[in-house]
Amino acid sequence: MLGIKKGSAGKRGNNVRSDCFVEIELTKGKGIKSSVLSKVSSMYGQDINDLIITMCDFFEIKHAEVLVEDNGALPFTLAARFEAAYKKLRPDDSREFLPSMNKNNFYLTQKDRMRRSRLYLPGNEPKFYPNAGLHKPDGIILDLEDSVAPSEKDSARYLVRNALCAVDFYSAERMVRINQLPLGLNDLKYVVPHNVHVILIPKCESAITVKDVEEEINMIKAMNNVSAEIYLMPIIESALGVVKSYEIATASDKVCALAIGLEDYTADLGVERTNEGKESLYARSTVVNSAKAAGVKAIDTVFSDVDDVEGLRISVIEAKALGFEGKGCIHPRQIKVVHQAFAPSEKEIEKVKKIVLAFNEAEKNGIGVVSLGSKMIDAPVVKRARHIIELAILNNLLDKNWNN
Amino acid sequence: MKMIKNALNRFIPERINGQKQIPFKGVDKFKSSGKITNPQIRTCAEYPADGNKIVKNLKDALKKAGLKDGMTISTHHHLRNGDQLTNILFDTIHSMGVKNIRWFPSASFPCHSYLIRYLRDGTIHHIEGSMNGPLGKFTSEGKMKGVGVLRSHGGRYQSIQDGEVQIDIAVIAAPTADPFGNANGVNGKSACGGLGFALADSEYADKVIVVTDNLVPFPCVPWQIQGNNVDYVVQADSLGDPSKIVSGTTEMTKSPDRLLIAEYIAKFMDEVGIVREGFSYQAGAGGTNLAVILYLKEIMKAKGIKARFIRGGSTKYLVELLQEGLTDYILDGQTFDLDAVRSMHDNINHVMTTPFTSYNYHGKGNFASMVDAAILGATEVDINFNANVVSHSDGYLLHGIGGWQNCLYSKCTIIAVPSFRDRIPVILDEVTTLCGPGELIDVIVTERGIAINPKRKDLLNTVKNSSLPIRSIKEIQKEVYEICGGVPAKPNVNKKKVVAVVKWVDGTVMDSIYQVVT
Repeated sequence: MLGIKKGSAGKRGNNVRSDCFVEIELTKGKGIKSSVLSKVSSMYGQDINDLIITMCDFFEIKHAEVLVEDNGALPFTLAARFEAAYKKLRPDDSREFLPSMNKNNFYLTQKDRMRRSRLYLPGNEPKFYPNAGLHKPDGIILDLEDSVAPSEKDSARYLVRNALCAVDFYSAERMVRINQLPLGLNDLKYVVPHNVHVILIPKCESAITVKDVEEEINMIKAMNNVSAEIYLMPIIESALGVVKSYEIATASDKVCALAIGLEDYTADLGVERTNEGKESLYARSTVVNSAKAAGVKAIDTVFSDVDDVEGLRISVIEAKALGFEGKGCIHPRQIKVVHQAFAPSEKEIEKVKKIVLAFNEAEKNGIGVVSLGSKMIDAPVVKRARHIIELAILNNLLDKNWNN
Repeated sequence: MKMIKNALNRFIPERINGQKQIPFKGVDKFKSSGKITNPQIRTCAEYPADGNKIVKNLKDALKKAGLKDGMTISTHHHLRNGDQLTNILFDTIHSMGVKNIRWFPSASFPCHSYLIRYLRDGTIHHIEGSMNGPLGKFTSEGKMKGVGVLRSHGGRYQSIQDGEVQIDIAVIAAPTADPFGNANGVNGKSACGGLGFALADSEYADKVIVVTDNLVPFPCVPWQIQGNNVDYVVQADSLGDPSKIVSGTTEMTKSPDRLLIAEYIAKFMDEVGIVREGFSYQAGAGGTNLAVILYLKEIMKAKGIKARFIRGGSTKYLVELLQEGLTDYILDGQTFDLDAVRSMHDNINHVMTTPFTSYNYHGKGNFASMVDAAILGATEVDINFNANVVSHSDGYLLHGIGGWQNCLYSKCTIIAVPSFRDRIPVILDEVTTLCGPGELIDVIVTERGIAINPKRKDLLNTVKNSSLPIRSIKEIQKEVYEICGGVPAKPNVNKKKVVAVVKWVDGTVMDSIYQVVT
């Protein structure tokens, strides 16, 4: 037996909500002794005790004292905390205690799907998970990187893995931001087998980084018989990243978008991040240009003042004008504002309706070349028009049966 | 304790604190008869002709009022968590060696946990009113000598009027008063707004003591409490902590889930046609409720309409509606923040109401049933649309009823609740304590969807093609049980020991609260 006898994980204290603290101490003899202090003991006390016994059996823990201080953690959190505490004692045990996959969590994604809003969820804060999808972001990001303290990285992996299995994100795209490489490569095995849709690669500065991530994903997919596509979204957050952005965007056909992160970028430049954003105009334009040249979407940085709704709206309108098609959100309140700001104007909608109708009409009549007034309509124009129609429908600005 | 079953199949004690009880018979099924209680005849000749009723101190006033063992003493809760007078009152009673008082507050707050010492030593026999927070915990653990009685604000008025509760001495904290006993809550350093909850006490108590920390020469206007009903006036240095009497500003929720609930409610009210020119509704001061006001405001502005009146729970958000011409009147039962206190003072269209006008079962009608919609909270609801507002799923009694039961009578009663809290599902098969029967609850709005009572076919029909997430209550329940890890166990209680009962608005007994086994 190794030297360490006591392992713990999770959060304790009066302000903790929807989380728990688990401590496992291996003992000699005496079997499993558990002590559970739970806010929900009258309702789920028995379930919590049952889970402890089941997990001890699973990991073949024969003799231990288990302490659980529970402030209303959901079962997937309890299990993640238990496993994290246990793995501190036996880091080499590769067995995983997985919650069963929620029946609603098998949906897939598409490379060119709508990615207007992506809601960041801190990887070690389970209380935000169950309701995140209700606010209808296009995607949710379970974040293993900046929002997780270095000491909590392991704990967060189990939590994020369990969330991907158990939590229904209500058809939002399921994304995970891994840590900067090389640490990030170790994150992948916790998420790739559990229907993650997009991996965000932070502080990406080279095509090699993208390829390393892709290779690791492919290996894990093969080992776990995963066939669904997993896409990549490199985040450009440095001067070098901006310079290499085209190389990054074209490093793999799994890259579905390039995102920009301005907090780190402005730090890299050694300047202050301003609301006007003159200091980052070059970087933003370059990232947009690289993304478009590679045929993928460009996604803008987050807006960090949650209370400033108007500031956010202005920032999205500006991003849209630069060519960005999505924005990071750090609070659910930002989602609606982002969607509204990305929504097409009435004038735009009227124009694209005419384009789509003219194109459909021409197609029906077998005419190859379509024109509207004096202007020729070619395929990219129609594609863009259809995209705007989709946005209009999503924002309730157009009935989905508008052309009937 | 002999238990009998009422019309909702809940078991209730046949007698409580020695008084025989009437089991709940159904909504509006119980008709009491006889005469409304008469206060003692008074003769103005027995009172000072110069109108000066000031006595030296509270102890003197209590002595003159004839305080003795076993009496019923009432207080009001307009000073909320800033109230210090009630604690001083019981210090005084204790110092006089008097025992077994029935305390009859219109509500209690965490500041009153100070009184636990007097519940322990027998100065207070039991509480009829509300037992919040620590007092509720004390009661739940079976430590109170008598059985607690929980009533709605309207039910309190009813119980006084039909003689169920005879108040011996009412002690009315008054932020401003004159020596004659006229009093109001809109002036003075302890200003709290209206004093409506003390109205019945002033009219029906045998003796009435007004205690003020802002004595003004006669006349004190407005006289929310009339000196003609008052026996003694006592000057005090302070009634309490002004910062806890009213908050500087009430805070709207920032929780995205609560905001979502609020948005659903406002949209629902609009889609079913409630939000129209001249409508009315009951607002509250809870975070979700305040957010509803903001969403409704957007809709009203967009439609160019205004409300005729809004009942509150008034806050700066309601005051803004009044100032912006989006409602003609605020009918105010309780004033929560400084903006609202100022508004009641300055604006004649911000009107004080009382439980008599708003909620009383023995009135010739009341306002509660005339309101187009009421938005209320709950600790739990069940699949039959019954709701609980006093206890938690672990069995603990922690809240009072307030005006909640009375507001259920609105034309469209909407319960706003999260579908679960941490790991506690809110939609159960059966509520722990039944405080509001499902037949009066029309809609339950959660962040996971809107459930309409199947009895409201008209509402279901109106929203048939709505983009709102209309779902059956069982469907939402099922989803939440899956999230929380199955059907929760029932609380561990001692069914042999009833620690408190919940009365319905008509004075009948709706449900029992049992001792929690710890």
